[in-house]
Amino acid sequence: MRTWLGHHLRSASLAGRRAAATPVNTLLSLLAIGIALFLPAAGYTLLDAVRQFAATTTSAPQISVFLRIGSAPDGSKGIRVRLEQHPGVRKLAFLPREQTLTRMKANPGLREVIDVLGGNPFPDAFVVSVIDESTAGMEKLAGEFSSWPGIEHVQLDSAWVRRLEAMLAFGRSALLLLASLLGCGLVAISFSIIRMQVLTQRAEVEVSRLLGATEAYIRRPFLYQGVFLGLGGGFVAWLLVAGAGMLLRGPAGELAGLYELTIVVGLPRPAETLGLLASSSALGWLGAMFSLKQTLNAA
Amino acid sequence: MIRFDRVSRRYPPGVDALLDLSFELDDGGMLLIGGHSGAGKSTLLKLVASVERATTGAVLVGGQNLNGLSTRALPYYRRRIGMVFQDQKLLFDRSVFDNVLLPLSIAGFPPRESASRVRAALDKVGLGKREKALPIMLSGGEQQRLAIARAVVGRPDLLLADEPTAHLDADTAGDVARILLEFNRVGVTLLVATYADELFPGGRRLRLDHGRQCA
Repeated sequence: MRTWLGHHLRSASLAGRRAAATPVNTLLSLLAIGIALFLPAAGYTLLDAVRQFAATTTSAPQISVFLRIGSAPDGSKGIRVRLEQHPGVRKLAFLPREQTLTRMKANPGLREVIDVLGGNPFPDAFVVSVIDESTAGMEKLAGEFSSWPGIEHVQLDSAWVRRLEAMLAFGRSALLLLASLLGCGLVAISFSIIRMQVLTQRAEVEVSRLLGATEAYIRRPFLYQGVFLGLGGGFVAWLLVAGAGMLLRGPAGELAGLYELTIVVGLPRPAETLGLLASSSALGWLGAMFSLKQTLNAA
Repeated sequence: MIRFDRVSRRYPPGVDALLDLSFELDDGGMLLIGGHSGAGKSTLLKLVASVERATTGAVLVGGQNLNGLSTRALPYYRRRIGMVFQDQKLLFDRSVFDNVLLPLSIAGFPPRESASRVRAALDKVGLGKREKALPIMLSGGEQQRLAIARAVVGRPDLLLADEPTAHLDADTAGDVARILLEFNRVGVTLLVATYADELFPGGRRLRLDHGRQCA
């Protein structure tokens, strides 16, 4: 156990010394890996921020039914009865136009516009919660409602949330594709660096074999070097993501504030950081493995 | 210790480096392999070190047939023998001390014991005060002695040396040969490929001519 641990410690320190012996090469390699990993990592962080925002926004689908202005007050009553009796409707809320006017006038910017228009430009409206919340079901209901007399306009309130969710799903798939491609890139970088290292250490590999080194003993420092490359590159990517997050935090908050939204761009969470470092290390190791399989057998 | 039983080694496309060679070397013995350049001296040593395998016949070392040695067992076999190579195969990017440390580090010796063994080996070959130097800073004779220190630091039962005194002046060659003889005197079996038989008095001689035993 002690011997085994000693071998690993020596291999790890040898890998570190080899990397430190060519600092410029090592730094450039780490930067290349870091930037390759930055793109999916930053994409993930951004997607996560949008996902959190979408989760905090109500997504219970509703249909707003606006009545024609000037229709008789009992017109709204008729429609209320029709809506209440409709088998597809779960819940109903009536928004009288006066109440909407008062609410809108509470906003100083809107008040001026409303005053210029004169009178009450808002119609009576019903907010309808439905039983079948599928997009097709809701669209069918909305179409049905809009064909009723006395109804000016029907709007699916939560359509944009659904669109956002669809975009998020698309974003996730695109991100997965990007991460896979750049992961392959990391494996290729590690493969090529370890190959060069094996060629540089060819004499040592040969002498070690003659002196009775096992293949595991010879491979170990190179594998550690692959892991360190991945780990270091992952750390560089983390720094870039954190740096970009800090830079964008202010402007993003300001932008979101203008739309009365809350989008928090923060540092990657510990679990995500760990995931990033673990996967980059694993990819670095994989590249080294492939490289050793090809290069050492030929050495 | 070593037994060659009708051993041949053929390289493509049909060149026989060794042909039908048979001999025995007892534990603690000394065998000097002579012959012209290309006679098969290095090939013989490579077969004993299991760097190459016999095309026909059997090479037995310590009762073990090297033809049957598995890839897994090979490193452990090599740790039991010390090798001084014709081109020394020193690592020029690490110190004298680290060069000698390498076999012990490969075998997994604890660092403290390794350090004292390395110093003992360096003292024995007269390089005790040069442990921090890089091999490039050593003279030809010193480099050869460093190669011997690395070969003996693991205290092997069998020491193989391929032309250990080649390219050295007479005095230095004499020093190197004396060091090897000392190890043989304390019981290490010595197998030396050399042109300079006179430097190794008391050794049995085996002369090769185009891969065949001629004396």
